[in-house]
Amino acid sequence: MDIDDLNEIAQKERAARKRYTLRCCMAAGCISSNSKGVKEALEKAVKDAGLEDQVEVRGVGCMKLCCQGPLVQIDAQGEGATIEISADGQGPLYQKVTPEDAASLVATLKGGKTTVQRGDPAHPFFTKQLSIVLANSGYVDPERIESYIAADGYQALHDVLREMTPKEVIETVVNSGLRGRGGAGYPTGLKWGTVAKTASPQKYVICNADEGDPGAFMDRSVLESDPHSVLEGMAIAAYAVGASQGFIYVRAEYPLAISRLQTAIRQAKQYGLLGSGVFESPFNFNIDLRIGAGAFVCGEETALMASVEGKRGTPRPRPPFPAESGLYNSPTLINNVETFANIAPIIRKGAAWFAGIGTEKSKGTKVFALAGKITNTGLIEVPMGTPLRTIVETMGGGAPDGGRIKAVQTGGPSGGCIPADALDTPVDYESLSKLGSIMGSGGMIVMDETTRMVDVARFFMEFCMDESCGKCIPCRAGTVQMHHLLNKILARQATIRDLQKLEELCDMVRNTSLCGLGQTAPNPVLSTLRFFRKEYLDLLVPDTYGPRQNGKAGAPPAAAPGR
Amino acid sequence: MAARTLTIDGKQVSADESATILEAATDAGINIPTLCHLDGVYDVGACRICLVEVAGVAKLLPACTTRVSEGMEVKTDSERLRKYRRMTLELLFAERNHVCAVCVANGHCELQALAYTLGMDHVRYEYCFPRWEVDNTHPLFGMDHNRCILCARCVRVCWHIEGAGTKNVSGRGARSQIISDLNQPWGTSDTCTKCGKCVMACPTGALFDKGATVSEMERDRTKLEFIVTAREKKQWIA
Repeated sequence: MDIDDLNEIAQKERAARKRYTLRCCMAAGCISSNSKGVKEALEKAVKDAGLEDQVEVRGVGCMKLCCQGPLVQIDAQGEGATIEISADGQGPLYQKVTPEDAASLVATLKGGKTTVQRGDPAHPFFTKQLSIVLANSGYVDPERIESYIAADGYQALHDVLREMTPKEVIETVVNSGLRGRGGAGYPTGLKWGTVAKTASPQKYVICNADEGDPGAFMDRSVLESDPHSVLEGMAIAAYAVGASQGFIYVRAEYPLAISRLQTAIRQAKQYGLLGSGVFESPFNFNIDLRIGAGAFVCGEETALMASVEGKRGTPRPRPPFPAESGLYNSPTLINNVETFANIAPIIRKGAAWFAGIGTEKSKGTKVFALAGKITNTGLIEVPMGTPLRTIVETMGGGAPDGGRIKAVQTGGPSGGCIPADALDTPVDYESLSKLGSIMGSGGMIVMDETTRMVDVARFFMEFCMDESCGKCIPCRAGTVQMHHLLNKILARQATIRDLQKLEELCDMVRNTSLCGLGQTAPNPVLSTLRFFRKEYLDLLVPDTYGPRQNGKAGAPPAAAPGR
Repeated sequence: MAARTLTIDGKQVSADESATILEAATDAGINIPTLCHLDGVYDVGACRICLVEVAGVAKLLPACTTRVSEGMEVKTDSERLRKYRRMTLELLFAERNHVCAVCVANGHCELQALAYTLGMDHVRYEYCFPRWEVDNTHPLFGMDHNRCILCARCVRVCWHIEGAGTKNVSGRGARSQIISDLNQPWGTSDTCTKCGKCVMACPTGALFDKGATVSEMERDRTKLEFIVTAREKKQWIA
C-alpha cells in the first residue's frame, strides 16, 4: 500500500457512487428499534422497483437524533433529482421508519408520495453542530474501510509517516491545543511529549473505550460509526511516541462496537495500514482489543492497565504516571476514544485550524450525549464555549411536555448538577469546574422540575458505592456511609447533624481516596448541596436531642425523635 | 545511589533517592502511622492512614509509596491529617464486625492500637453489621472475615514471599473478600503450603492460628523480615 493505491481505492469508491444513496442508521440505538429490518426492507424495495443501478442502500453510523430513530436520509448526486434537495445540499430525512415504509420511501425516488414522518435537517439540532469527530458518522459505512478511505481516511497517517518527524507530529498536536476528552482535560500534546521523551525499547498506546458514565454514549457512537478514525489516530500517536503495540480497552457491554472494531482492524491489516511496515515504511503498529468485564473503575487509567495485564482491575497510586511507567512497566500513552478521533483531522487540516475553534483554553469541539428530560435526545458535537442554554434549549428543544428545565448533570458520577439559572455558562473545562462540575467524557443528563436533587445525589452515590473497587478505605467504606446518610435524609429521619456528617465525609473521601473514582464520588452531593441546599434542609427533622457530647450526659430528650 | 535532603516535620533528613517518605521518616525516628504497610512486602498505598502533606502538592500523598525528592517539605502530623486518620478508622470499625472484647487479637491488634494512639474514642457512623462467614476448614489456621480490613497483606505475602498465590481478593467495593484459590474453603486449597505467613502478616484477628482464644493471637513479624533479609541480602539474621 502506498499513496497511489490509497488514492485509487478512494477514487474507485467515489466513482462507484450511484445517483441516490439511502443512508440508514445502523448504530446501536437505531438497531434496537429495528433499523436492520428497515435496511433489509429498503434493499428489497429497491430491487423490486428495479432501481439497483441507481440507488445504493448504505448502512451508516449514528445519525445523531437518536430519539427519532430509525433514521433514513436520502442523498442525490447529479442534476435532475426527483427528490427535493435543500439549499445546503441536504436530502429529505425520515424518522421512525419501519420496514413497511420502505416501498413508499423508494417510490419517492420515482416521484411518488410518502406519509413517513419527515425530520427537519434545518433544525438547530443539526445546524448548530460542528462535526470534527463525528464528521463521518452517518455518512461512511463503518464496516467498509473503502468508505472511510473515500472520505480522506488514512491520508493523515500517510502524511505523518512520509513527511513528518515524530517531533513535528507532537508539535502539531501541542499547537492544536487539544486536551484529553476523557474528562480531566490534560493537554494531549504534553502527554505525547512525555511518552516520547521517556526512553524505552518498548512503549504502548492504549485507547480507553471503557465508557461507563450513566447516560453517556459518545465513545460507543464513535466506535460504532467511524472505527477507522480511532485506529488512524492511534497509529499516528504510536508513530509520534515510538510505540509498536496498541490496545483498545472496550467494555463488553458494547458488542456492536467490538465487532466493528474487529472488522476495522482486520481490514486495515489487509490493506497494510496496520501491522508490519505500515504504508511500506519501517513503522510497525499492531492493535489488539481487550474486552472489559464490567467494572466502572477500569476506566481509571492505572486500573485499566492492570486489567489489560490480566490482573484484578484496581488503581495504583500515581506517580509514576503511565507516561513514565505504565503497561508492563513500560511508558504508555493512554487517551480516550474521542481524543484519538480528533487526531487525523488535526493532521489533515492543521493545528491552526483546530486552534481557531473553541475558547482560549479549550480548543476544538466536544461531543455530548443528550439524555434525560429533553425533547431531542441524541448525539451532538458543538464547538467548545457553546452556552449550555444553546445545547439544551435551542438544540435539545428543552424539556418535553412543556416542562421546565431544573438542572443539567454533566460528568456522570464524577460531575455535578448545573442549575437552570447558570445555563448561560459556556461549555469548557474551566467554566464547568468553576461550577463544581466537570466536562467529563460528555454525558449530559437534563432534569426537569419533577426531579428531586437529593434523589439524584443518592443515585450517583449508589453507583459509586457499587463500582468502588474496594482497595482504599475512604472510597470503599465512605461511599457506603454517604449512601446511608442520603437514604436517611430521603426517609426523613436525618437531622442537621447527619447533614454535617455527610459534608464532613464528602471532604474526607474527596481528599483521601486513592483514585479519581473516590476523589470525585462526593461531587454530585457537593454540587446539589451547593445549588439546591434547601431541598436537603426541607427533608430534615428537628434535632430533638441537641448536640451530643461524647462522655458527658446531655439534657434528657424533650420529646421522642420525629419520625 | 544518590542522597536526597528533605524536611520532615521541620527536621532535616537525608535519604537515598530510592527511599519512600515513610522509610526516610522511620530512619529519622519520626513515626508515621500505617496500616496496610508491612516491612518486607511491597506497598500498595491502599489504607490512606499514612497520608502526609507535601508543600506545593495540592493532594495528600501516601508516605509508603511516595519517593523522596530534593528539598521536599513533608508534614506528617496536622489537625487535618489527624481528623482524616480518625475518620478512616471510624469507617473501618463501622464497616465489619470488630468486637475487640472477644477477639483473638485483642491487645495485639494494629487496628485497635491505631484507634488508641490516634484518639478514636467512638464511632459516629452507622454500624453496617454485615453477615460474614468464618472459614475454619484449614487444619492449622482460621479466617474470620468479620475482622478483615482488606489491607491485602496476606495476599501480598502469599504471592511475593511464599510464592504460593493462594490468597486473593474477589468481589468489589464493600463486598470485597479475601479468598483462597478459586473462592473455595481454605482447607480444600491445592496451593496453600501451610506456611502461615499470611497469619503472621494479618494486622487484626482475621487470620489466626487454630486453638488461639481471646487475646492469645500474637504475631511474629520478625519471621517475615528474616525470610526477606535472607533472600535479598543472603544474611540469615532477623
